[in-house]
Amino acid sequence: MSEVFEFDKATEKLKLLDAFIETQPTKEEAVISVLHKAQSLFGYLPPDLQLYVARKLDVPAAKVYGVVSFYSFFSEEKRGDFTINICMGTACFVKGIDKVMSEFSNQLGIKNKETTADGLFTLNDVRCIGACGLAPVVMINDKVYGHVKAEDVGQIIMDCKEQKGV
Amino acid sequence: MATQRTHIMVCGGTGCVSSGSLDMVDSFKAKLTEKGYQDEITVIKTGCFGFCGQGPIIKIHPDNVFYVQVGLNDIDEIIDEHIIKGRTVSRLLYKEPETHRPLPKHEDMSFYKKQYRIALRNCGLINPEDINEYIAFGGYEALGMALTEYTPEKVIDIVKASGLRGRGGGGFSTGLKWEYTRKPASDQKYVICNADEGDPGAFMDRSILEGDPHSVIEAMTIAGYAIGASVGVVYIRAEYPLAIKRLEVALDQAREFGLLGKNIFESGFSFDIIIKLGAGAFVCGEETALIHSVEGSRGEPTKKPPFPSIEGYHKKPTSVNNVETLANIPPIITKGAEWFHAIGTEKSKGTKVFALAGKINNVGLVEVPMGTTLREIIYDIGGGIIGGKAFKAVQTGGPSGGVITTADLDTPIDYESLRAIGSMMGSGGMIVMDEDDCMVNIAKFYLDFTQDESCGKCTPCRLGTKRMFEMLEKITEGKGTMEDIEKLRSLGHAIKDSALCGLGQTAPNPVLSTLDYFYDEYLAHIVDKKCPAGACKALAKYKIDPVKCIGCSACARVCPVSCIDGKPKGKYVINEDECISCGACFTACRFDAVIKP
Repeated sequence: MSEVFEFDKATEKLKLLDAFIETQPTKEEAVISVLHKAQSLFGYLPPDLQLYVARKLDVPAAKVYGVVSFYSFFSEEKRGDFTINICMGTACFVKGIDKVMSEFSNQLGIKNKETTADGLFTLNDVRCIGACGLAPVVMINDKVYGHVKAEDVGQIIMDCKEQKGV
Repeated sequence: MATQRTHIMVCGGTGCVSSGSLDMVDSFKAKLTEKGYQDEITVIKTGCFGFCGQGPIIKIHPDNVFYVQVGLNDIDEIIDEHIIKGRTVSRLLYKEPETHRPLPKHEDMSFYKKQYRIALRNCGLINPEDINEYIAFGGYEALGMALTEYTPEKVIDIVKASGLRGRGGGGFSTGLKWEYTRKPASDQKYVICNADEGDPGAFMDRSILEGDPHSVIEAMTIAGYAIGASVGVVYIRAEYPLAIKRLEVALDQAREFGLLGKNIFESGFSFDIIIKLGAGAFVCGEETALIHSVEGSRGEPTKKPPFPSIEGYHKKPTSVNNVETLANIPPIITKGAEWFHAIGTEKSKGTKVFALAGKINNVGLVEVPMGTTLREIIYDIGGGIIGGKAFKAVQTGGPSGGVITTADLDTPIDYESLRAIGSMMGSGGMIVMDEDDCMVNIAKFYLDFTQDESCGKCTPCRLGTKRMFEMLEKITEGKGTMEDIEKLRSLGHAIKDSALCGLGQTAPNPVLSTLDYFYDEYLAHIVDKKCPAGACKALAKYKIDPVKCIGCSACARVCPVSCIDGKPKGKYVINEDECISCGACFTACRFDAVIKP
């Protein structure tokens, strides 16, 4: 069993997931909703968790994997404490988001979609988050940073580290 | 209830929330209570005002004063000066860029002057989390009229006569869609609201759901009555947490008020709505793909016909309508088809919301009558290009659309005219580009998007967009050939003709349209190995900063092709035509005067 199920709170989280599955009117149609719930509980969707969902919903595991790999919102990789979502919408693109992206990449020493060795940061490009008035935009967990310039990147990383007390 | 003399409206749209507007709501409430004004002054969190570039926005009623770029530190001054002493805080007023005159009223600002708000009518005006406010502004009146005074056929006739067309991009008559869904006999039918706003750079659906969720709920219920459905589904992007939350609150309130559920208005008609979350796939904006996603599967499109109006969700007749389209329905029912029909151009009626973004002064949401020209939108409403730079092009229709150049700025916008100049209405994203934007790079950006978002079901789109992207990548790296241009054209047309769904059929548009209007830029990249806008990194040349250059001549001495001119103790200049980008000058300079591309 993968680390998801070794986790102390796994049983508790799985109970919450089971309870959510119970509320679904139909099983097959619930795949996406259940995966959303599972990802919000566990942070990501490793193969064992996908298999668990498949068995609970009585659908082929291939279907669950098919859905997970199709939609960009679902992640099979464990993410850092801070997911740095870089908005790749057109408005951010014309306002120079590429410079912000490469600055994060340089300062953290990771490429897009990678996580730092200390498990603190994951760099992730996302589709338009619809805050085009603030372009270029970076969203870290739920906090949105607007009008971000390459010069601001160092401070943003420091702020995150401070929050974690590192 | 105490009489309230003043309402402080704080924008609660995503843009302003990101800049801390919710903290300001709390701070206002705390400080007003501290000073004992909590009973006579109400603080209300509203939907988006539309002027996102100037956020956070606060509006004070009944004085009708509009404050922009308000921060937490300004709250004391607003309370002490405006609320207590009745003096406007002029430093927080919006100043028109040309005249620098502070304008307290929004209707005097050129950003709002030419707008005509139908779909956005309540955004910024009401608290979206309070159904009473929606009702006070005439909400659910249309539903009452439809259910008690009209037959379903009559409702369809009104919508057909209004001339309303789908605002998601297709432009198909909404009334006809409803009629086609009503016709087939079936035990169950469905209404689906498409809130999977995938066009990068468009945020009108998000703002409507955040600012006026009840208008969408009301319209879906009317649609359900018209086509004979008892279940509605809102399919919304998971990336829009605020919109989802407000929609959930609104649904609960509507159920509590008996506006959703069994036997609405004692008419015998029952209807309820569920929310389904998307999971990040652009192709799910296509209606057949969307339906598969609602059913819990991969969002791959299927061949039409059968159209969803015959065989949709659960293989039952289904009408899929976009958020903005639905937001137009209640006023059409209450004010009549003639009223709506009188607005707009011959074939495109009503208004359209555009998300104005990119290199423009006034970024935000604008709603204008169909037939308004791009020049009016960009220069009058949008306030022109940032930093007085030269306008180059505007992209409408997102990854499915094309560019529009200066030559077509005076084209009145409607579905047909945009198509005629090689673009399309799309969902309403409008990205303004200036002289610093490279059009080949922009085309590459869009193709990168579509090849990534292609679902992979049909070959033309799966492989074709990938090959087009690779050729564009080659060109922007200075490795392109003239043959690539011909290949891009023929492949582009082949994909348009043979792809399965709208995503693939329109994916080549950004390339074909930039090839038509900016052929010279492609030539410059291929023949001269230059990027005229200086955006393509691989083609950019080294430059010398005249401020930092002390004239030591170190760079000129190491240049292997002798392309650096200048006199000792003067300023040295690199001749970009001859530069081979070897970087020797950069290494030689001890004063950081050589700028790396």
